[in-house]
Amino acid sequence: MTRFVPFILRSTLRNKRRTVLTILSLVISLFLFCTLRTVITSLASSLESASTARLITRRSTSLTFMMPASYRDRLAQIPGVEDAAYMTWFGGVYIDERNFFAQFAVDPVRYLAMYPEYRLTPEEKDTFRRERTACIIGEKLAQKYGFKKGDRITLRGTIFQGIWDFTVCGIALPATPDLDTNWLLFNGEYLNQRMDDFGQVGTFVLKLKDPSRAGDIARIVDATFANSAAETKTETEKAFQLGFISMLGNIQAVIYALGSAIVIAIGLVSMNTMMMAARERTREIAVLKALGFNDRTVVGLVLAESLLITLVGGLLGAGLARLVFTFSNFTGGGFFQQFRVTDGTLAQAMGIALFLGLVSGLAPAWNAARLRIVDALRHSG
Amino acid sequence: MDSPTGGRPIIALRGVSKTYKRDTIEVPVLAQLDLDVAEGEFLALMGPSGSGKSTILNLVSGIDSPTAGRVVVAGVDLGSLDQAALAAFRARHVGFIFQSYNLIPVLTAFQNVELPLLLTGLDRRQRKQHVLDVLGIVGLHGRSEHYPRQLSGGQEQRVAIARAIVSDPSLLVADEPTGDLDAASATEILDLLGRLNREFGKSVVMVTHDPRAAERAHRVLHLDKGVLVESVQRDRP
Repeated sequence: MTRFVPFILRSTLRNKRRTVLTILSLVISLFLFCTLRTVITSLASSLESASTARLITRRSTSLTFMMPASYRDRLAQIPGVEDAAYMTWFGGVYIDERNFFAQFAVDPVRYLAMYPEYRLTPEEKDTFRRERTACIIGEKLAQKYGFKKGDRITLRGTIFQGIWDFTVCGIALPATPDLDTNWLLFNGEYLNQRMDDFGQVGTFVLKLKDPSRAGDIARIVDATFANSAAETKTETEKAFQLGFISMLGNIQAVIYALGSAIVIAIGLVSMNTMMMAARERTREIAVLKALGFNDRTVVGLVLAESLLITLVGGLLGAGLARLVFTFSNFTGGGFFQQFRVTDGTLAQAMGIALFLGLVSGLAPAWNAARLRIVDALRHSG
Repeated sequence: MDSPTGGRPIIALRGVSKTYKRDTIEVPVLAQLDLDVAEGEFLALMGPSGSGKSTILNLVSGIDSPTAGRVVVAGVDLGSLDQAALAAFRARHVGFIFQSYNLIPVLTAFQNVELPLLLTGLDRRQRKQHVLDVLGIVGLHGRSEHYPRQLSGGQEQRVAIARAIVSDPSLLVADEPTGDLDAASATEILDLLGRLNREFGKSVVMVTHDPRAAERAHRVLHLDKGVLVESVQRDRP
């Protein structure tokens, strides 16, 4: 088939404007597909990094309600629980609301020990425990805003009103690149004191001795606080994050619907292009057949042309998405830990391009195979 | 079996009929035609439109099949071949020359001529040699990189003839090869066909309306309503 390559290339570029526009539409649609697909994979990857050795306990009514900090001691005493630490969503604004990143007020003594996947020096941990306004930031956040140790970060409280100043005492490095480091942790005692020792926290993180008992322990925890003023709901960290994501609605279904619509629309566009191209060349196809090109070869030529267009479009669209999101450090305003077009997404995009090429080339190829030389030479051109 | 001109027949039509169907109406084009064409013969087919001249070309070149009768070309009964075998037969035995040249506009003269060779086992170097050889025969050696739009009508037809002979077929079928050309170019093309017939031994079957073109043939057959009405024999030069 390689000997036909110059012929296929020439035929594909016969109507340059049409070919370029078709490729462009494929580039845009497969870029969009990769982007939408990456939304799903990015959300999924945040779940991958969630530990099964940790449970999250929150108010059963809603995540927005708080519970007594005193629950910690009772949680730590439950058999199978190695330790418990609180974390409270702060929800402050850094300069502008567009600068979104997660901020938590955490147990200064126990919390860091529960997340060994984030690396800090003993001095940084010690400062965090001692300094009331100390904060630790993740590596990505530090890179994003150019924060260094000793820098002051001022947040405007939204849930907890007022201006809150913090001093960076450490920058956490992730043990693996898929871990989210677009966050800020500060000493929970600072929040408690400024809120007049209100003694409330958002959630507890429970470190388990045996992760295989997570289900049992979660049930025991919730039973412990049943019929209290602040009943709890306990689940694995992964399930907790999944639930958090599902609050955004059925993103996956919407994304798949959008992706399918794009693929179908572009499939019709490229099919129309191939049909037009083949129809314009009815006489040429007849001549090729008269010269001795058999039906199989003619079908191969038409399909190859169609595949060339869709695969080039796919390669450019998917490649562009990969480059753009790799080098732009896009995080969706901090919503995603990392927004990277995976190899799997690239493979899917190329699979779609291949499928579109075959589908859009099939009808003209079939027509070319069925073409009667005599009729085509007599009636066309 | 010998042809009327004495040589071994390259084409033998026996009791060939052809009827086209236009919607529900059947249009008979050829009726019980017997025809032999000898190897190396230059045959001209003349007659009014619809007399069946082009149909005979289509039948002997294997791009159409008769409603009845047998078509044997180069010893092969075309009725016994399936579509793939017919394609292979055309590639091996038949060179097409069309009135409107039918070159592929996006390919250069070289690439157009190379097309039939893509179906052979020749490598790139061999193909190049063959193409340059035949472009030399038709007098277009220096035009190999020209596109059809950059050539005159006569030159385009010569490229088409080069394409027809590049795979060394035994039979050339020409459908009004000078129909779109001016007198000077037409003479050049007829000279070239005559040369291919004389020097390279190609059998030529040519449909023409032009009596001057027909004069180049060894034999001229006149058809009317699918029936041979006259056969004029000329001495071979």
